[in-house]
Amino acid sequence: MDVTLEHAIAAVITTRRDRVGGGAPIFFADDEDDLHRTAIYLAKILDGVVHDLGGGTYIVVKH
Amino acid sequence: MNEGHLLRIVAAVVVGTLARLVMLRSDYRQYPSYPHAYVVHLGLGFIAASLGGLAVPAIVTRDFMAASILALAGQQFREVRDMERRSLEKLEDTELVPRGTAYIEGIARVFEARNYLAMAAALATSTVSYALPVPRAMAIVAGAACGLATAAIIAGVFGRRTVGDIAVVREGRIRFDGPLLSVDGMVLSNIGLEEARAVIEAKGVGVVLEPKDDNARATIANIGQRQAIVHDAASIMGIRVDISERDFTPLMRLDIATGRAGMVMVPIEKDIGALLEVVRRAPIIETSIRKPLATRAGRIAAD
Repeated sequence: MDVTLEHAIAAVITTRRDRVGGGAPIFFADDEDDLHRTAIYLAKILDGVVHDLGGGTYIVVKH
Repeated sequence: MNEGHLLRIVAAVVVGTLARLVMLRSDYRQYPSYPHAYVVHLGLGFIAASLGGLAVPAIVTRDFMAASILALAGQQFREVRDMERRSLEKLEDTELVPRGTAYIEGIARVFEARNYLAMAAALATSTVSYALPVPRAMAIVAGAACGLATAAIIAGVFGRRTVGDIAVVREGRIRFDGPLLSVDGMVLSNIGLEEARAVIEAKGVGVVLEPKDDNARATIANIGQRQAIVHDAASIMGIRVDISERDFTPLMRLDIATGRAGMVMVPIEKDIGALLEVVRRAPIIETSIRKPLATRAGRIAAD
């Protein structure tokens, strides 16, 4: 069986540097478009799902 | 061995194998779905029928050793459950929407039980064909009829209940509150991407399950039961999901206050009538059946 992360935050993407921190990889975006694009790219790479935390922060979660 | 024994044994084995064959159909479970699996199960059914068919003649000819060995051989069918469970569990990783362990356990039990059923049909056939004080040919025909009737009765009794029996299944309204996806007010998930939300709004369908009583409520609350419903819906209706496209993974969540369950999926073809039918016909998983109303405390709590 594959060993994969389940229900873990694989990446955090945000436009607000002051709002995030901690263990998951964090990607800073310049604006909403960049945020959106980066989230899609990361979700495709990580086989994850994008969730919106509001306030310019997205997380990619492996389910 | 004289001809009388041989004819009776053949009749019993044929009836038992036939009973197994009739129960071997690729049904809502989409399993077994390939010829080799049919061969495996027919082969096992044949062996089970032989065991059932040989028991009575062994006793009649006072060969108690043979009878004991046959009883022991019956134990082997426990392996069937294990075999089915193991192979289905191994395949779980290759399913976009897994069956879930409860569903697998249910399927494995059914496959084991069907061999005993084939055995019972053969046993009934041979018992009657030996016991009836009529000419041999008539006794064998009566035995065969009795064996088939046994199979039909047992299959009828064990005919499994479906979700439609315990819950009202109807369409639910999909709504987004910001990124929060809900169906009839039950929040299911957080969908981050605008594009994904647009697809769900356009092509998604919502289903609501309303349990008919407290027993049903407890059964639907079982995670394995919900996973089985979702798996059936996904495998029959098709889903817009792939390894790197998990946004539209079908979900079913509970409204804890009312016991209702809400589900959203994005089928390949949006046909709400067909989806409701699939959900209604999804089997109740044996291991998820709960009967709180069968207890005193449960009935008091239900007031």
